[in-house]
Amino acid sequence: MIEFQDVHKAFGSKSVLDGLSLKIRDGETLVIIGFSGTGKSVALKHIVGLLHPDSGDVIVDGQAVGALDREGLTAVRQGIGYVFQFAALFDSLTVAENVALGLRRRGLADEEIEDRVREALALVDLSGTDERMPAELSGGMRKRVGIARAIALRPRYILYDEPTTGLDPVTSAVIDRLMVRTREHLGVTGVVVTHDMRSAYTVGDRIAMLYEGRIRQVGTVAEIQETEDPVVRQFIEGRPE
Amino acid sequence: MIEAIGRRAVSAIEAVGRVGHFLMDMVRALPDVRTWARPAIVQMRRIGVDSIPVTLFIAAFTGVVLALQASYTFTGTVPLYFVGTLVGKTMMLELGPVLAGLALAGRVGASMAAELGTMKVTEQVDALETLAYDPHAYLVVPRVLAGTVMFPMIIAFAIATGIVTGWLTSLVLLDLSTPDFLKGLKLFYRFKDTWFGLLKSSSFGFTITFVGCMVGLSTRGGAEGVGKSTTRAVVYSAVLILLLDAFWAVVLL
Repeated sequence: MIEFQDVHKAFGSKSVLDGLSLKIRDGETLVIIGFSGTGKSVALKHIVGLLHPDSGDVIVDGQAVGALDREGLTAVRQGIGYVFQFAALFDSLTVAENVALGLRRRGLADEEIEDRVREALALVDLSGTDERMPAELSGGMRKRVGIARAIALRPRYILYDEPTTGLDPVTSAVIDRLMVRTREHLGVTGVVVTHDMRSAYTVGDRIAMLYEGRIRQVGTVAEIQETEDPVVRQFIEGRPE
Repeated sequence: MIEAIGRRAVSAIEAVGRVGHFLMDMVRALPDVRTWARPAIVQMRRIGVDSIPVTLFIAAFTGVVLALQASYTFTGTVPLYFVGTLVGKTMMLELGPVLAGLALAGRVGASMAAELGTMKVTEQVDALETLAYDPHAYLVVPRVLAGTVMFPMIIAFAIATGIVTGWLTSLVLLDLSTPDFLKGLKLFYRFKDTWFGLLKSSSFGFTITFVGCMVGLSTRGGAEGVGKSTTRAVVYSAVLILLLDAFWAVVLL
């Protein structure tokens, strides 16, 4: 389980997270929605220790991430797959090398690495692209390689940072389907940060709205769709005021 | 005014602290050989082999000019075989390492700062961390190691090239025979000339790659940030090369 316990984070004088508390249950896909710049990605980065809270704790499998030493943090990270907003593929490596990089770190045998890379690329419908470079791929393909890189690790958790941002509606739907398929095939717990409501309704078991640094409302897809909260309603309906 | 001085002092102390911290992180990553060994070989090829043409080009013309200037200075006052002495000593002790170092600060330091800066702003460095890699082990150690090891080798080639072009110039343009040139070359040669130049080169290699990595990984913002980092890496490296040059002269000569 992943839990945010009263997390505060500021960059200079700008407070981004202001008492964020949230539980992500094992096996579910929780979608965090919110206006741009409300700290959704910042929250996600706290889970893998890329950022540390000014106060409060982020607990992963019973361990406070901020208190871990280098080895402890590495162990936690090995159980988490992270899909970045713009895929963050390594430009100098081929698609297969990108997917294999995390597996090499785990010291797996070459044969197993090859099998896992093939399997992960097949799951994201990118078989046969092994030797292509990231620069040769479209935005949607890059995101799929990013997902393949995360699922190849067979993690307990996958974190998706704006997985459909910048994609056309059809490619967004393909990515949504992939996220659902990933959960069904691998049974992983997912945290998806997005402001794409169609995607949130498709992939989420629960939806949490982050507003002014804390959770405004959390509930099932149906509960969010029927919410009376004016801020949440405004956001999900996409009304300017 | 006192406040401004105070702010500058604090900022200077912070900068020194950041360098120390970065150095410590790099040293801590050294035992992780499994991570840095493979990229180190790639970097040695990139820094070493790919830098040879530009370095040799500079060294070749430096040798020619040194021979001609020495002849211009010595004619009528000092025996001309001292052209060999001046070309050899200057290439080994000073111009070989420093000119090549400055050229490579532009080529190697700038490219490292730009590459790592781009990786930083496109979240590739974060991605490495989430894959449980230490960025210092995967990105910094291979580059700094490659720079420290490969620079003396490249600069040894550069020194040899400068001496050869100096000799050819003496032969063709100065009417100086090969035995005379060699006589001058050997006249004041000491083994220290060789190791001093190579030690200096190694320290330049360390500095240029260290600065390139540090500046690159501290990049913020987008393309503009990468541009600023690239410029900063070249300027810092060039200044540090000149300071180190003076430092080694004071300490070892």
